Amino acid sequence: MPPTDPQRPDPDALLAQVMEQERRASRGKLRIYFGASAGVGKTYTMLNGGRKAQAEGRKILVGIVETYGRSETAALLEGLDVLPRKEIAYRGKTVTEFDIDAALARRPELILVDELAHSNAAGSRHPKRWQDVEELLDAGIDVYTTVNVQHLESLNDVVGGITGIRVSETLPDTIFDEADEVVLIDIPADELLARLKAGKVYQAQQAERASRNFFRKGNLIALRELALRRTAERVEDDVQAYRVEQSIDAVWKTDTALLACIGTGISAEHVIRTTARLATQLNAEWHAVYVETPQLQRLPEKRRERILKSLKLAQDLGAITAVLSGSDVAHEIVNYARNHNFSRIVTGRSLSRWAWRKPLSQRIAAYAPDLDLLETGRGERREEPTEPQTTETVETEMPVPHGKKGRYWRYVWTVAACVFTTVIVTPMLGHFDLANIAMLFLLTVLLVAIRFGRGPAVAAAFLSVAAFDFFFVPPRFSFAVSDFQYSVVFTVMLIVGLVGGQLTAGLRYQARVASLRENRARALYEFSRALSGALQTEQIFETTRSFVQRSFRSKAIVLVPDEAGRLQLPTDSSAGIPHLSVLDLGIAQWAFDRAKPAGIGTDTLPGNRFFYLPLVAPMRTRGVLVTEPENRRWILIPEQMQQLDTFATLTAIALERVHYIEVAQQALVSMESERLRNSLLAALSHDLRTPLTAVIGLSESLLRIKPPLSSVQRELAQALHDEMLRMSNLVSNLLDMARIQSGEVKLNLEWQPIDTVVGSALRACGMLLSKHEAHAEIPQDLPLVRFDAVLIERVLCNLIENATKYTPSGSRIVVSAKVNDPNLEVSVHDNGPGLPGGQEEAIFEKFTRGERESATPGVGLGLAICRAIVEAHGGTIGAGISPEGGACIVFTLPLGTPPALPHIEEPLNPSS
Amino acid sequence: MSEFTPVAVIVEDEPQIRRFVRLALEEEGWQVYEAETLRRGLTDAATRKPNLIVLDLGLPDGDGVDFITEVREWSNVPIIILSARTQESEKITALDAGADDYLTKPFGVGELLARVRSTLRRLHRTEEKTSDVIQFGDVRLDRKSHLVTKANQAVHLTPTEYRLLTVLAVNAGKVVTNRQLLLDVWGPSYSENSHYLHVYMRHLRQKLEDDPAQPRYLLTETAIGYRLMLPI
Repeated sequence: MPPTDPQRPDPDALLAQVMEQERRASRGKLRIYFGASAGVGKTYTMLNGGRKAQAEGRKILVGIVETYGRSETAALLEGLDVLPRKEIAYRGKTVTEFDIDAALARRPELILVDELAHSNAAGSRHPKRWQDVEELLDAGIDVYTTVNVQHLESLNDVVGGITGIRVSETLPDTIFDEADEVVLIDIPADELLARLKAGKVYQAQQAERASRNFFRKGNLIALRELALRRTAERVEDDVQAYRVEQSIDAVWKTDTALLACIGTGISAEHVIRTTARLATQLNAEWHAVYVETPQLQRLPEKRRERILKSLKLAQDLGAITAVLSGSDVAHEIVNYARNHNFSRIVTGRSLSRWAWRKPLSQRIAAYAPDLDLLETGRGERREEPTEPQTTETVETEMPVPHGKKGRYWRYVWTVAACVFTTVIVTPMLGHFDLANIAMLFLLTVLLVAIRFGRGPAVAAAFLSVAAFDFFFVPPRFSFAVSDFQYSVVFTVMLIVGLVGGQLTAGLRYQARVASLRENRARALYEFSRALSGALQTEQIFETTRSFVQRSFRSKAIVLVPDEAGRLQLPTDSSAGIPHLSVLDLGIAQWAFDRAKPAGIGTDTLPGNRFFYLPLVAPMRTRGVLVTEPENRRWILIPEQMQQLDTFATLTAIALERVHYIEVAQQALVSMESERLRNSLLAALSHDLRTPLTAVIGLSESLLRIKPPLSSVQRELAQALHDEMLRMSNLVSNLLDMARIQSGEVKLNLEWQPIDTVVGSALRACGMLLSKHEAHAEIPQDLPLVRFDAVLIERVLCNLIENATKYTPSGSRIVVSAKVNDPNLEVSVHDNGPGLPGGQEEAIFEKFTRGERESATPGVGLGLAICRAIVEAHGGTIGAGISPEGGACIVFTLPLGTPPALPHIEEPLNPSS
Repeated sequence: MSEFTPVAVIVEDEPQIRRFVRLALEEEGWQVYEAETLRRGLTDAATRKPNLIVLDLGLPDGDGVDFITEVREWSNVPIIILSARTQESEKITALDAGADDYLTKPFGVGELLARVRSTLRRLHRTEEKTSDVIQFGDVRLDRKSHLVTKANQAVHLTPTEYRLLTVLAVNAGKVVTNRQLLLDVWGPSYSENSHYLHVYMRHLRQKLEDDPAQPRYLLTETAIGYRLMLPI
């Protein structure tokens, strides 16, 4: 027997997973029209492409197209559906931007969006247009767009070097590389210049200026080469991807992984871009690290910002970033490289200001002679764009051990210590040699260094030297020194003070870093322990909230979706919970739907007050964690992000675990109840049928008894027999109804011809049909249909039984079937009085009979059962028009595609 | 037919059902022994040398299928099983284990007797060795000459159809399970292709029955198998 179709209700997992895969497969296709510069004809070609697609019948929408007054381009807009732009008020002016919501609402098949690298005005959903396009692609809409070579992140500085003009609107290379199609619009430099002269690119005066600055022939040639080469790289990637197996690729990658070292100098950006380009060429993974040392900890705000920006740039270009801490930059870098199996390190070229201090590259080489080292050039000098200065006070991740006030106190204590020592030592002057006194001062310096750090140590050193000199070294009470030896003492004291201070400062720093790390690890451990004990979602919420509050000093809340997938606003409004407006909830919903973070520090609405992190569990997204940090910058530090990410994953897994506990419990309960029900039904079936069988049999025996009964007695026995038969049918119907009611109708589907079951149904109802004329009209060549024979036989029996009940003796009852694409229609009709008017739908309800208080016995379960069975097959049942004037019930079964039939053999030739 | 009183054993726990079955069989000239439990039934089957066993599958003290398997180890006695309506799988298991035919509760005496008679007939036939000519209605199957005629007109059957008809004819009166038919006609690798069987049965009905949609001889036992019912 072929396997039965499972009809269990699917909990979530499989369905959600399939939907996720379907969603990814239904992402839109991105085609980029790529050119070396403005004026090569990208927008023109894109519009042509759009028109062609429209001619093929696709639904096209022009999202946003910049014509710059070029008439030929503008002419192509004729006949295309152009989306009106969104107006945004910005600094008193009105700016028009691409209206993404309107585009999503229109749901075209294909949308044309010019200038992918464009930055949107503040107030738009995303800061960059390419993010809008990502959203369009996620929604399944195909996109055509245009990009200039100088907009690519990795080529931005190179183009800047060539043309002298650096464009600030850039596009991450990943978008370019992941586009489905890239069409290179390429024209020779001469032709472009000719176009410029003819006024086809810019208007007259602009053209004049452009040809002097940007549009010099040398520039254009170089740009063209860049564009060609970049496109070739992409094509090569496609070929590689097509040929090379995944596993081989992975092994290959680890061989040539690159490590870029970010420093605080301005060449950091150059290092990053160079490494990115190299990584693309070598098809290798790359990491970018920044080593934080105690000195660098005290950098001015601007330099820290630059480091963060460099890290972000590296991330955008596809690197994995990390911030290391240690006292020796080279050492940390080499450790990291060894741990992660890097073979090449890329650093910038630093001017060593200290002649005795080797440059970084040499130090790395000394530590790890086996690693390859690349030193990039300095890169060009460029003006740093002035950014609006923020007035927020920055709290670094590692708070300085003493506050500002504490600083001064340290020095006060230092002075006090020196004074104290001087005072103590003075009485000893007569008894002890000066050397000993010097030792005492030395001790003081050392103790100050240990206790108060480097600055005070240096101060103590000088103070001690001064005190020693002034108060103790002959001539006393003057700073002159009689014996040259004492300068040795002075020098040594200074050195001790400095070294001691430096050492202890380094030690403290390490200790602080270690304790911070330990804290972080402990927080993670405690959090996961607390979560593993949680058995209810409320516990998880509370645990998450309190831990996030403690570790990140942020207010937090976990939002979970209801059955429809909509996030719910929290009802709790206690102090530790951020207050969310409806708009914020909308953003949270967005983050949930796309499983991407939003808010502070992300690409989506970074100006918002909160940070929205979706809780992504292995099976599906379980909710959103909304945090409101006390200090916005804190979230941006990579370690904090990682920690928060880990927290979020733990929470998501805990939510999933609790969810599956519930599911398992429900499954257990439903399994139990099903088992109970089945055994109950089986028992009922047996217990009811047994006496019925006995009575039917006995009454038949009565009818056959010898000597035969009198005619009256025969009639009584016959009546008994008939009533028992009806009772038996009723019991069958009741039991079937009970099974169907519970929703569990297990279909045993097989491909078979319908006439098989029609024949057996007519035979089974033989006794009922004794007073009627039954016919079957089934065409010979009906296709096979998939159904459960026992159940459909039941349906036919019920329908036939109804026909016998409601028609007078001698009526005709016909069962017929025909194909009516995409279904097979089976009908049972008669030439009797027909169905009561207006009751066609109602008779299928349980306990409804056609006529009220009619004489015909039988509770109206029959048709309700027929409907349940037919609908379980995916068909429909209803009243039809009887060709002979009586009642007609028609039910359908879906046709589907029958399996291959055995081939027709040749008939046997009878022998002899 | 030799003069002998056939012996039947009824294994059924419900006394009223035993009663009317006994009455019906005794009318036909059988000698009937009743057994209330499976254990008792086994004993009777071994000691009474029955020509027929009527077994209820729903006995409380054991699984009827085990009974069948055990009896089949030392006897070929025909076994007719009684089963409640919805347990198709139960019936199929019992038939595959060696039962010859089945009755669904509630059943009429007429049905019971029809089954019993055809069982008896088959018994005689196997004793006399299988007949070469089988006739039902106006259809005649000659196994020696592989000739099939209907109303004296030759009917062209494909080799598979012929094989199928033969299997049913050899087991005439008895239900043959779908699985058994697939095995005998197509072979072991086709045990899942029940639609083959249904299609070929349709062909046979169309070629051999007067009204293919209401067959009189090539009967369908829904979800269980097929039966060639010979006229009494």
